[in-house]
Amino acid sequence: MNPLYGRERIIGYSLMALAVAMIVGPFLWIFMNSLKYQVAIYTGAWVFTPTFSNYMDVLFSRRSDFAHNVRNSLIVAGVSTTLVLVIGTLAAYSLHRFRWAAWISTGFLGWTLVFHTIPVMTLLGPWYVVFRQLGLYDTLTALIITHVTMNLPMTIWLMMSFLKDIPLELEEAAFVDGCRPLTAFWWITLRLAVPGLIAAGILAFIFSWKEFSIALNLTSRATATVPVAVARFAQQHEVQHAQMAAAAMIATVPAIILMFLGQRFVVRGLTLGAVK
Amino acid sequence: MPRRLLDFVHDSFKYWSLLPAVVLLLLITVYPSLHLLQMSVSTIEFVGGRDVWSFTPGRNLELLLSDAVLQPAIVNTIVFVVLTVVIELTLGLALALLVARLPRGKSAARTAMILPILVPAVAIGCMWKLMYNYDFGLFNQALGGLGLEPVNWLGSTNLALMSVIIVDVWHWTPFVFLILFAAAEGLPVDVIEASQVDGATSWQITWRIVIPMLRNALAVAFVFRSIFAFKVFDEIYLLTSGGPGTSTEVVNLHLYKVFFEQNQLGYGALLSVAFIATILAYLAVSRRMTQGAAR
Repeated sequence: MNPLYGRERIIGYSLMALAVAMIVGPFLWIFMNSLKYQVAIYTGAWVFTPTFSNYMDVLFSRRSDFAHNVRNSLIVAGVSTTLVLVIGTLAAYSLHRFRWAAWISTGFLGWTLVFHTIPVMTLLGPWYVVFRQLGLYDTLTALIITHVTMNLPMTIWLMMSFLKDIPLELEEAAFVDGCRPLTAFWWITLRLAVPGLIAAGILAFIFSWKEFSIALNLTSRATATVPVAVARFAQQHEVQHAQMAAAAMIATVPAIILMFLGQRFVVRGLTLGAVK
Repeated sequence: MPRRLLDFVHDSFKYWSLLPAVVLLLLITVYPSLHLLQMSVSTIEFVGGRDVWSFTPGRNLELLLSDAVLQPAIVNTIVFVVLTVVIELTLGLALALLVARLPRGKSAARTAMILPILVPAVAIGCMWKLMYNYDFGLFNQALGGLGLEPVNWLGSTNLALMSVIIVDVWHWTPFVFLILFAAAEGLPVDVIEASQVDGATSWQITWRIVIPMLRNALAVAFVFRSIFAFKVFDEIYLLTSGGPGTSTEVVNLHLYKVFFEQNQLGYGALLSVAFIATILAYLAVSRRMTQGAAR
């Protein structure tokens, strides 16, 4: 767009700096509080001696299960991301590459849109009943299955959009050279779709890591994930503010890491469909 | 592998590649949705860890009609959706148009704006719970510094909904910004340059050319944000749990309480069916309207 000049540019930069400060500021403030003793939080001190005792307490004290919650979250997010990438990429490839009857492809994609739209809370009632019947209630397996399903629509749409950019001629050339459908997919298309896999993988991992309402209702103490544990810190009768701040910061870490590592991919994934 | 099996694997690739996704969606989404219909006309109780069903279609409807919390929850949800969507779209659009016109700093702004989207909502809830704290929160510290009385941000019936809306605006304006900024970056430069040559002012360019060209992206942001605002749960659960009284009670939170605090699985299912029907009707109408506007 047409750039700003002179005084307008200075005002523009000031407003942008203000917006960035308003977004980043609260993170810095809670980080500062996570380094304070409870007393320093109560007095609202700006000058204090930083301490890591809150992080130590949250992660390693005997009264806290938080390290266990981190382990649960990493298992659920890791396994569900792997599964959704396999299932979602295969489905996206099938819909993109092969000729399906219109009622199947439209019906399938339409249902993913409907499922993505309806509140997950409405399905939690039936999930609760069925998982209890199957003996899967309060297991990481139930959480993995539901997280895979939750991330499936996004993964399929994202992979289809990336697959569209890969020229079909490459596979056709491979067929001439004697490739078969599966080998062409494995050795050619999948390799070229790696940026899409990274984008979908990062987003699926983050969405699973931060998912709250399913984890809240299908787990108990032993299987709770990080967001559920963080919420417990905030819901106690006597809120331990310092530990709550530390737990919230730990819950934020994967987002910060992936934001710096995969920014390009994340932006494309999040803004998908809006630009075209 | 025997040759025949290998042939089969290759020839049926079309079918087995789609199969896992279909099975998963049938088992985890389609079947529970049908289950939900059956639940909505039943009363379900757990006796000794086993679920016992009885057919009581009238009872759930009676519970729906006599639910005193439902009406405030619906009103709050509508207020929440309208205010957050209007404010977020306005701020996000203004910021996107501003940053797109600055020669430097775009990627820094974008990096900062991704952060709230990727952070767990409960962590954001904790953050704001600390900032809103009556005794030592950031806002009351600032008010105290100015010599003003502290404000009970989350504990007063008049303010609580507004405080929750502020958190949502903070959380999701960056998302609207990202969508509109990506679209603004993709606008054709020559159209804008041509209008400058023709003597259009900056204001005219923004209102007559840029914003009309962004209407597709605006429509997407609008539909996305309004549907997600209907489903708000995490932050409100953490900040106020619907209180004080029913002043921040919203439909999704109420549904959670019916299902998992009052253990009314049958009534919860009826409420879910109504909720799903409303959201799908909204999706259909808003898509039609935004598609009409986009043409």
